[in-house]
Amino acid sequence: MPVLARVIEAAGIATVVVTMMPVLAEKYRSSRVLAVEFPFGHSFGVAGDVGMQSRTLRSALDLVVSARAPEARVDVEEPWPGDPKEAYKSWQPSEPSPIVAHSIDAIRKARREAAAEEKGT
Amino acid sequence: MTVDSYAFLPRAFRAMFEAEPQFDHEPVWSELTKPLADARVGLLSSAGMYLADTQEPFDVERERREPTWGDPTLRMIPNDVEQQQIDATHLHINTADILVDFNISLPVARLNELVAEGVVGSAAPEHFSVMGFQEDGAEVWRTEIGPDIAARCHAAEIDVLILAPA
Repeated sequence: MPVLARVIEAAGIATVVVTMMPVLAEKYRSSRVLAVEFPFGHSFGVAGDVGMQSRTLRSALDLVVSARAPEARVDVEEPWPGDPKEAYKSWQPSEPSPIVAHSIDAIRKARREAAAEEKGT
Repeated sequence: MTVDSYAFLPRAFRAMFEAEPQFDHEPVWSELTKPLADARVGLLSSAGMYLADTQEPFDVERERREPTWGDPTLRMIPNDVEQQQIDATHLHINTADILVDFNISLPVARLNELVAEGVVGSAAPEHFSVMGFQEDGAEVWRTEIGPDIAARCHAAEIDVLILAPA
């Protein structure tokens, strides 16, 4: 998605990326990043929570108005309501995506390395 | 509060994202040159939404056959869309909440409320929907879909585009 934002911004449209992965948006040097600590697929908040969705959208628009230079980032202060463990599980698909299944060996290796690193610290 | 990009991500995925190289091109910049109350705003989501009765779903069958490929095509979602018109195909997220309230990823209703309040000048007549898993480099997005969206933004006189990766 930061790829699209970059092309569209370069064509003269002011863009803002509302993302739970600001680390990725920053790697692509996105012009404006609104960072949200929400589960994947829920960029603007909880289903049915009109207030939360509206606050997130307003924050994105405020950033478009206030930012004066590229690579502007604002982090939304609002935490995800409810049980984070449940949210962690519920955004994920019922079965691993094809690329995850395809890459399962690499993922297992990364998991082992992360565990070893954690053990070592 | 600093947002933790990995708060909701399985630990094993972290190394993959951290390994993504830093993009070395210069940043790009387009200023909003008018008050927000006079501006037209469009929305773009990568949650794989489409109009159930009139549009083709994103091609997840090919993605199942070719795991490194993702359907790069674009769907247009009218600003007066209603929830029952929306369906979604995406193999990387659970779309159940989107099928209850698509505003969590494409906040059309919230945008229209801000237009009614006079905060935003107008909403785009149509918004943009893509499916967020793309092959490495996202070549088709970069060379075809991105320029197509930009051209559509210009044609619809959209001043601001809000993008929501799923």
